[in-house]
Amino acid sequence: MGKIEWAMWANEQALAAGLIYATGGIVGVAGQFRGWQFAAFGIAAGVFVCLLEYPRSKRGKGTSVERTGQYCFTVCVKAFGPLTRNYYVRAFLHAALCVPGGFMLATVLGCVCLAIASLIYLSAAIHGEHWEPILPRTEPPKRIGESIKEPPQNPPPRPPPELRRKKVDNLETAAYDNPMSVTTNE
Amino acid sequence: MSNWIINHGLSAFIVVVWMGINIFLFVHFYLFYDKGPQFEYTRELLGSALPWARAPAAVLNFNCMLILLPVCRNLLSLLRGSFMCCGRTMRKQLDKNLTFHKLVAYMIALMTAVHTVAHLLNVEWYSNSLEGRYGPLAGNLSMLDDSSELNTTYLNPVRSNTTTPTIFVFTTIAGLTGVVITLALILIITSSMEVIRRSYFEVFWYTHHLFIIFFAGLVFHGAGRIVRSQQVTDPPHDTSFCDEQPENWGKIPECPIPQFAGGFPQTWMWVIGPMIIYLCERLLRFIRYMQPVSYRKIVIRPSKVLELQLVKPGFKMEVGQYVFLNCPAISQLEWHPFTMTSAPEEDFFSVHIRSVGDWTEKLISMVENLPEGGQGPKMGVDGPFGTASEDVFDYEVSMLVGCGIGVTPFASILKSIWYKFKDSDPKLRTKRIYFYWLCRETHAFEWFADLLQVLEREMEERGLRDFLTYKLYLTGWDQSHADHAMVHFDKDTDIITGLKQKTHYGRPNWEREFEQVRQENPSSVVGTFLCGPQALAKDLENKCVKYSDVDPRRTKFYFNKENF
Repeated sequence: MGKIEWAMWANEQALAAGLIYATGGIVGVAGQFRGWQFAAFGIAAGVFVCLLEYPRSKRGKGTSVERTGQYCFTVCVKAFGPLTRNYYVRAFLHAALCVPGGFMLATVLGCVCLAIASLIYLSAAIHGEHWEPILPRTEPPKRIGESIKEPPQNPPPRPPPELRRKKVDNLETAAYDNPMSVTTNE
Repeated sequence: MSNWIINHGLSAFIVVVWMGINIFLFVHFYLFYDKGPQFEYTRELLGSALPWARAPAAVLNFNCMLILLPVCRNLLSLLRGSFMCCGRTMRKQLDKNLTFHKLVAYMIALMTAVHTVAHLLNVEWYSNSLEGRYGPLAGNLSMLDDSSELNTTYLNPVRSNTTTPTIFVFTTIAGLTGVVITLALILIITSSMEVIRRSYFEVFWYTHHLFIIFFAGLVFHGAGRIVRSQQVTDPPHDTSFCDEQPENWGKIPECPIPQFAGGFPQTWMWVIGPMIIYLCERLLRFIRYMQPVSYRKIVIRPSKVLELQLVKPGFKMEVGQYVFLNCPAISQLEWHPFTMTSAPEEDFFSVHIRSVGDWTEKLISMVENLPEGGQGPKMGVDGPFGTASEDVFDYEVSMLVGCGIGVTPFASILKSIWYKFKDSDPKLRTKRIYFYWLCRETHAFEWFADLLQVLEREMEERGLRDFLTYKLYLTGWDQSHADHAMVHFDKDTDIITGLKQKTHYGRPNWEREFEQVRQENPSSVVGTFLCGPQALAKDLENKCVKYSDVDPRRTKFYFNKENF
C-alpha cells in the first residue's frame, strides 16, 4: 500500500461537497426560504466546484482511473495553468466559497463538507502534491510487421518425420485437432 | 438460464425481499403520517413535508439495523457452519456479504438525502407558521405554548420569532445530531469510493470508524421528540369541526384546547441488537488474533511464491476454503485473503502466497532474511471462510477443471482426495479423477506442478496409474515454446512441468475429452467441477448434457453448476 496521496480523497470529498452544496441551494431557492440569495449562491458555487473537481488528477504513483467523459473537463481545467495546478489555491478557493453557505440552513451541510475538502487539499499542498492532467497517450500507430507481406521462409516446427504422420484411422490418439483433412504421407 | 438461477437466484430473491420491505415501510409510514388524524394539525403547519420526512426515517431505521450484520464475519461463519445441512446455495449467500453491505449503504445514503431535504422544508415551514404566513389556524396552532396555567401544550417546536432555522437546528438535539451524523456519513462514503479503498486502505478503514459517531448520534436523534401528535382530550377535540374557529378553542365545549405530545424515540429499538452483535464480533476477532500461530515450515518456491505451513490451536477447515492473514510487522490494519492449499486431513494448514503487491512483497523479503529454521513474523489468522466444495467426493468419476488462479482450491481438493483414498475413507466414492489445468503460463504455479509430480509418483508406487489423469493446457504459448517442444520431443517427461503427461498447447477440445471419459468409464456417474470463467461453464454444461445417456449402462455427466 503506497504512501497516501491526499489529493485523491480531497477530490472525492470536494465533488460530493459540490453536489450537496448545489442540492441545498436548489431546495432553498425552490422553497423560497428566507435568505434564498445565499441558496442561489450555493447553487452557483456548487456547480462550479463540481466542474472544477470532476477531472481526476494523474496519480504520482500507480495507474490513474479517469472518470467517464472527463477529457473535455481536463482540457478546460488545464487551461488555467498554475491556478488549477496548485493545491494551495484550491484550498483557499474552497474555503472562500464555503463561507456564504454557513448563513443559511439549507446550505450549511455543503459549507461544512467543502470546508473539510479545503482542509484535505491544504494537507495535500503541504505534502507537495499538485494537479496533473490525464492526457491520452499518443502512441505511434502500430505498424503491422513487414513479415506479413512475405511468405514464410521456414516450415512450421514439426515433430520428427516418423512420428509426424497421423494415421487416418487412429484419430483418437491424437491430442489435438487437425485443421485440415489428413492425407497419408508415404 | 438455469445456471443463472442456481448461481444467483437466491441472491436476487433476497434483494427483492429486502426492497419489498423497504417499499412497504416507506408507503406504510407515509400513509400513517399523511392520513393519520392525530397529525392533522401538524400537517396544517407542514403540509406533505411531514410524511416525506417520516417515511425515509422508517426505512433508515430498518437499514441501519441491517448494515452492521453483513460485516460480522465470524457470525456469518457460525451461521454457515450450522447451515452445513441446509444446502450449498444457502451457504454461498453468506459469501456475498460485502455486496449486500454496500447495497444497504446506498439505500441509507439515498434515504438520508430525502429525509434531510424534507426536514429542511419542515424547519422553514415551522418558522413561517409562527410568523402567521399560513393563515389564522396555523398561526394559532403555532402560538400554543407549553403552559400549565393556560392548560396548553406546544405543537410548533419553533417557539420564537427570532429563531432562524439555523439556530433552531443547532439548539435542538435532533438538529445537532442530524447534522453531525450526516457529516459522518458523507465522510464515510467519500473515503469508501473504490479508488480510495484500493489505494489507501488506511484512510478508508480509519474514516469508516466514524460509524461509531453515526450510531451514537442516531440513537439520540429522536430524543427531543420534536414530531408531535395530537392527544385525545376529554371532551374530544374534533378537528374537522374546530379547525374553522381557532379563536373559540377553550371557549366552547366541543372544542377544548388541543393537547400535543412528542412521539417516543424508536430508533434505538431497531439498532441496539446489531450494535451488540457487532461489538461481540470485534471482541472475537481480537481474541482470535491474539491466539498464537506458529510456523511449521516455510518454503520459498520458484517464481517468488512463498509457502507457509501454519499451525493454530483449534483450527478446522474444509476443502477449498480461504483465510485472512494479518502481519502486524508489515501493516497493523491490512487483512489479506488467501485460499488454503492444504487438505483438512493434514495437521497444519498451508497457503501459497504470490508476490503481487506491497504487502506480499514485504512478507517474502522478510521471510527471505530469516535465519535457517527460524520462526516467521507474528501472524494473525482469521477464518476459515468460504464454501466448502464437498460434492467432489460424491462422484465415482470426477472431472475437475481449473483455470489460471482457479487451480488453487484444487490443490486442497486433490490432496484431500488422495488422503481419503489412502485411508480408504468410506465417504470417498471417487474411483477416477480427470484433472484439466488450463492456464496462460505456468509461471508462479510450479508448486502445483510439484504437487502433481508427488501424486504421480505415489500412485505409480501403488500401481494405481489410472487413478488420476491430468492434462495441462498452455493457452499462452508462443514461438519459443513451440521451438523448445520440438527439440525435446522425445523426452520422457514434459519439459515445462516435469510431469509424465505432456503439456498440450491451446485450448482443450472438450468433445474429445468427454468422449474419452465416456469410453473409459462406461456406466458411471461423472461429476464435473469448474473453477473458471462463465463462458467455459456454459460450454461444459452443454457438453455434459450432450454426452449423458439415460441408459444406466452408459455414462452420465453432471455439471456442478456453481462456480467456486
